[in-house]
Amino acid sequence: MTSPLEQKKIKIAGPSVVTANRTWDGIVVYRTAAKGWSADLSEAAIVRNSDDAKALLAESVADDVGAIGPYIAPVQVGEDGKIEPGNLREQIRRTGVTIGQPVQV
Amino acid sequence: MYAYDEIDRTLVNERVSEFRDQVKRRLSGELTEDEFKILRLQNGVYLQLHAYMFRVAIPYGTLATNQLRALAHVARKYDRGYGHFTTRQNIQFNWIKLAELPDALADLAKVGIHAMQTSGNNMRNVTSDQWAGVAPGEIEDPRIWSELIRQHTTLHPEFSFLPRKFKIAITASDHDRAAIKIHDIGLRLIKNEKGETGFGVLVGGGLGRTPFIAKTIKHFVHGRDILSYIEAILRVYNQYGRRDNIYKARIKILVHELGTEKFSREVEEEWQHIRNSLLQIDDEVIEDIRSRFTYPAYEKLPHMPDELRQAAADRDFEAWRKNSVAPHKVQGYSIVTISLKPTGGPPGDATAEQMDALADLADKYSFGEIRVGHEQNLALPHVAKRDLPALWKSLDKLGLATPNVNLITDIIACPGLDYCSLANARSIPIAQELTRRFANHELANLIGRLHINISGCINACGHHHVGHIGILGVEKNGEEVYQITIGGRADESAALGNLIGPGVKFDEVADVVEDIVEAYLALRERPEELFIETVKRLGVEPFKERVYATR
Repeated sequence: MTSPLEQKKIKIAGPSVVTANRTWDGIVVYRTAAKGWSADLSEAAIVRNSDDAKALLAESVADDVGAIGPYIAPVQVGEDGKIEPGNLREQIRRTGVTIGQPVQV
Repeated sequence: MYAYDEIDRTLVNERVSEFRDQVKRRLSGELTEDEFKILRLQNGVYLQLHAYMFRVAIPYGTLATNQLRALAHVARKYDRGYGHFTTRQNIQFNWIKLAELPDALADLAKVGIHAMQTSGNNMRNVTSDQWAGVAPGEIEDPRIWSELIRQHTTLHPEFSFLPRKFKIAITASDHDRAAIKIHDIGLRLIKNEKGETGFGVLVGGGLGRTPFIAKTIKHFVHGRDILSYIEAILRVYNQYGRRDNIYKARIKILVHELGTEKFSREVEEEWQHIRNSLLQIDDEVIEDIRSRFTYPAYEKLPHMPDELRQAAADRDFEAWRKNSVAPHKVQGYSIVTISLKPTGGPPGDATAEQMDALADLADKYSFGEIRVGHEQNLALPHVAKRDLPALWKSLDKLGLATPNVNLITDIIACPGLDYCSLANARSIPIAQELTRRFANHELANLIGRLHINISGCINACGHHHVGHIGILGVEKNGEEVYQITIGGRADESAALGNLIGPGVKFDEVADVVEDIVEAYLALRERPEELFIETVKRLGVEPFKERVYATR
């Protein structure tokens, strides 16, 4: 769970997505194959090698008005095609804090 | 309370207008994120895991009730109904929308609150003792000087693009509640033999990946010279500070690499050039600032009112009073610390409803004033002793009367991996579990004063290095692992803790802390010997043996 902000190199050890935060409200979004952003991980474009990851990231960085801080994040793809976050950090970004919030959302 | 003048109000309002325009240009694409980032950071806007995070300054930890209500309003209208008080007398909102931020800032500006310089490589919020102006034995109110420095450094062009962020804290009491020794500059207000006000100046404290305790570089700087002396320090830092390496950019690294002696010589040389300039402060300037602080019209009240005598029969009240009520400089009054550390709760969080209700209580019982401390608790600084029983009942109904101030469950914790984009591990769930383990107040009282500090990464926002027990979350092979230190402290005897051994897993942390506490209870020479004193006397070894003997 090394922070992506500290990542020096892009390493792809398995299926990955590009994730970022939507510019106007900051919510977590994923880059889609249709060159857009979605808050739904199941709609994310999956990349499986470094070249594709770099290309998807470059395209995402260029869409600066749509979302900010894009980076490559690991995912797990089940046999049924279901996409799940690949580490705790991304799990927390997807499902929210692991603690009870003082006010129920 | 400090009353802002027209200049302050104009400055804050202009800043809101400026930021509104910047946000508009950002959302239209006229500004790129690279161009906008430094602008949003200068207005306290970070990007965190789930959303933008908005940090609002509470200068020297003093809030009026209308200001606390405005913070509650922002929590309710623009966020998710709560805020998080930090270790530097700020409050953070975790779910703010960029598009709505200008409106939130405008609402805060109406009551004189802003977010300027709560982020970025500039002079951050000048912090002070949350008991300033009311602590018995205090030399004088340090907030006068905090305000002077705040005015001088706010939007100062020379200090707006420093090598890294820069933090100043001031205390005027023997017991340091402002943690000045872990700040870039720590100022200890003192009097010289002529009775004149001045400061012992410490430089180069800080935590993060390279922690240092600040060193004294000048034993007395006259009050009239404090701005020029601070400016000399900042000029030396601006000239020699490392801008090529973010990990070596803080002034603590410069002081360490140059050596305290050489660094202080450089400052002295620079100071001689500027000390007799416009930076020398006239007495009238200080008196003008002093006159803008208003103090309550205290009544002449008995030391032990009947209400307090009668309430003493209530064990729960007495437990709270003994824990959370401190002596005041005026007879018949008390300082009340309000724990934001309920059992099982996130440390430092308060809901909008709690903030509003607390504002009402402050109006009723504390001359409309609230304080924020670096331990992530609040305080009511002027409570008549006769009102303590009624105040306690009201706080209890709000869930704000947990009698654990300075005890093992009064934990300082950063937001950790639940919120923070820099974090490697979670902090809050560790704190929550520890508050449940030690929820028995009789046990907590038996243990006595014991500070636990938790950080979710090496940046150390939870000040783990200076916790009596420090817990640092790191990542190892994709797992959260926690390193435990003991023996740190953040007060006038500040020290860095020592690692007790290999890191432990998330699920083991509370067990390890229990082992450390059990070892302490067995090892202390007498009940009054505090945990930190036992560690100092015996060192790490006996605790290490206890923790790792069965692991």
